[in-house]
Amino acid sequence: MPHHVKSKALSHLRICDFTGQLAGAGATKFMAAFGAEVIRIEDPSNQGRWDILRGMPPYVDDRRGNELGGPFNNHNVGKLGITLNIKTEKGRELFERLVAISDCVTENFSSGVMRSWGYDYDALKEIREDIIYVSNCGFGHSGPYEKFKTWGPIVQATSGLTMSSAIPDQPPAGWGYSYMDHTGAYFMAMAIMLAIHHRNRTGEGQYVDVAATEAALTLNGPVLLDYTVNGRPLRREGFPDANHSVSPAMAPHNIYAAKPIPGSFDEAWIAIACRNDEDWQAMRDVLVADGCDWAANDDYGQISGRMAAQDELDERIGEWCLRRDPYQSTELLREAGVPANPVQTPEQRIDQDVNSAEARLWPTIRQAEMGRVRVDGIPAHFTKTDWSMTRGAATLGEDNDYVYGELLGLSQDEIAGLYEEGVL
Amino acid sequence: MTTESNPLAMMALDDLRVLEIGDERGAWCGKLLADMGADVIKIEPPEGDPSRQYEPFVDDEPHHERSLFFWYYNTSKRSVVMDFNDRSNADAFLKLVESADIIFDTNTYDPVGRLGVDYHQIMSDNPGLIWCTITNFGFGSSRDDEPHTDLTLAANGGFAWMNGYDDHSLPPVRGGGQQAYHTGSNYAFMSILTALLHRDATGVGQHINVNINASVNVTTEAGSYSWLVSHSTVQRQTGRHAGVAPSMPSQIKCADGRYVNTGIPPRRPAEFGLCYRWLEDEGLLDQLPEAALLLVGAELESFSLADVFRGDNDELLAIFGAGREAFDLLASKLTAYEFFTKAQNFGFQVGVIHSPEEALEDPHFVDRGMQVKVEHPELGREVIYPGAPYQLTKGTWGITRRPPLLGEHTDEVLSELG
Repeated sequence: MPHHVKSKALSHLRICDFTGQLAGAGATKFMAAFGAEVIRIEDPSNQGRWDILRGMPPYVDDRRGNELGGPFNNHNVGKLGITLNIKTEKGRELFERLVAISDCVTENFSSGVMRSWGYDYDALKEIREDIIYVSNCGFGHSGPYEKFKTWGPIVQATSGLTMSSAIPDQPPAGWGYSYMDHTGAYFMAMAIMLAIHHRNRTGEGQYVDVAATEAALTLNGPVLLDYTVNGRPLRREGFPDANHSVSPAMAPHNIYAAKPIPGSFDEAWIAIACRNDEDWQAMRDVLVADGCDWAANDDYGQISGRMAAQDELDERIGEWCLRRDPYQSTELLREAGVPANPVQTPEQRIDQDVNSAEARLWPTIRQAEMGRVRVDGIPAHFTKTDWSMTRGAATLGEDNDYVYGELLGLSQDEIAGLYEEGVL
Repeated sequence: MTTESNPLAMMALDDLRVLEIGDERGAWCGKLLADMGADVIKIEPPEGDPSRQYEPFVDDEPHHERSLFFWYYNTSKRSVVMDFNDRSNADAFLKLVESADIIFDTNTYDPVGRLGVDYHQIMSDNPGLIWCTITNFGFGSSRDDEPHTDLTLAANGGFAWMNGYDDHSLPPVRGGGQQAYHTGSNYAFMSILTALLHRDATGVGQHINVNINASVNVTTEAGSYSWLVSHSTVQRQTGRHAGVAPSMPSQIKCADGRYVNTGIPPRRPAEFGLCYRWLEDEGLLDQLPEAALLLVGAELESFSLADVFRGDNDELLAIFGAGREAFDLLASKLTAYEFFTKAQNFGFQVGVIHSPEEALEDPHFVDRGMQVKVEHPELGREVIYPGAPYQLTKGTWGITRRPPLLGEHTDEVLSELG
């Protein structure tokens, strides 16, 4: 399907959207790519700057400004943008008219913001009986930490994901970015669509409380059961040890320093994982052929021996990895059937990896002020209703005429009046 | 508070049958479907899913019914054993397909090729069928034949480059918990739901091609958009966002040796005032000579980090420094949990760095029902699993059954088909 054709997968849905930043905006970006009409509402009194990413770097050129922020554009591709001051009486009336023609209301404010405006689920339901209201905030809308504030790193810290990302004898490494802003948005998108399917079956709308910390907690995986069943905590001597693998047991399994590539960064790294004894035999043959006689040691033939000798294996494999750049070593190992890959830099994975082009992963879109710019695409393709991205984030109020004029039926004069009154 | 599932409650996906044909890469997607009520039938080879052999085991006793790895990813599913190397199973497979709304497979067992059935015929005989393939590089990729694991995919797709320490002689770090596979599965589930809503509206199914490497690539925040927008490259830093330019440390070790993430320390006039009050509450004012600067900061009309970092105003720099000193002093006197809760009660956006098990036992998550008991009658045990990743109020989440024994439902399912 050509990229400019708008997907019909979700084109029957309209979302009245207060989300921003990434934890919320990412959810409705996904749905917009599949054709949902997402109407993103911004507050004209602060130029939409509740979303702290508006106007934030990186920038495409030397220009700076509220409409030129790279991250804001990336997370809001394909959505309509309107301004609306919900603290005015006319603003409230227009919001309620929008709710009446929408399937969902979505937001990722701190707990209590929507309630303070008088729009909790019950109030929204008064406006439209089958409305779906999905909130996404760090600790959810109940419980002892309901009022606590979060952003991605805080979500990751409190849920266990920061701590589990470390090597022994070092502090938590963290993740290096807001993994849970992306992934919190994924769970928000799932929640919205689950609620729509439920409505399709029953006619009922509902309230959904998404807490990014809880989604994160479920992503810790089997270590949680090792604790609840075996009583073995991850906080123990020698752990966490994220670059090794005890579940399942694999050795060698690590990230090793490699010879830097001339003209690139002065560091380079390669990840290597032997899944089983067959992988090790294949790697052993590569090593022995390269003069590493130590690899023929029978003690390494079985997983139990390799797990016991992990440090010694790491040291020797580490020496071998320094002989070549990571792409060269990867090629040798891969030909032998051993999982390996360079730790790719953004440039390498985005512009030099053949899979990026195959996956049509980085579409170029046009944003009214930035011009043409590449953004994160969707890592899946559909045979009949594939996604598309052509338009960048809306500038402030860019779609006021369409939404207030065509959808709500206001005249040009009425719209002009609303601007004057500070409602739009 | 632990919660137990109500077997009578309606669940959002309990109108759907799903065939799961694949390995650990897709098992998370299957769990997300199954815990929302879908009848997920996991088709296993006669020797069982490979992850049944993965550590850790119950009481460390290796057995294919005791793998906690398998348990984690296979709640609420049924297990059917079917040998795809035996072509006489083709009819049974086609009947199963006919009964299904969704198939997802990781292109591991190749039922189509081995059983000699015709994919195109299946799709035209079952126009509402949604078939989702989850593979390392996307079905049909030129990189399809490469061997990979969660680690090497995390390296390929960009997770590892950003995660590690200020000291670049230390290696990049893979995030804990198989997140490359999780991310592929998350996209698979979102894609399946998208196709499902289209099917609800039109009756039309389709094939979906999910790419794990691509999923990792677009789950990297500034790592990707710094390159896409301005051709700049982020560098890893201990406990904080990898950045194009270095940022300030944001992890503090507390009195109990555990860490907190402080995000950005006090930076608004009101926050300097709160910081002073917190020191006062703890009786620590006399231990911080710079405390008076906090009061000066509290009286300012505005305070901007940009002004601080321009470096030409010594007073602003000193005020900002006093806020950081105050946090360091408080952390040295308090446990990480105390620092977290007290700071948050003052309105500071900080987080205790919990281990996974500490998170599961944290009073907030316990209160929210994140400990769910599941009976394992064969072992005479009740096992606590983590609860819902989202709280629907209708058509709710729940673990409907413990993970299946190998082939537990083979007869039941095949006899249902007649």
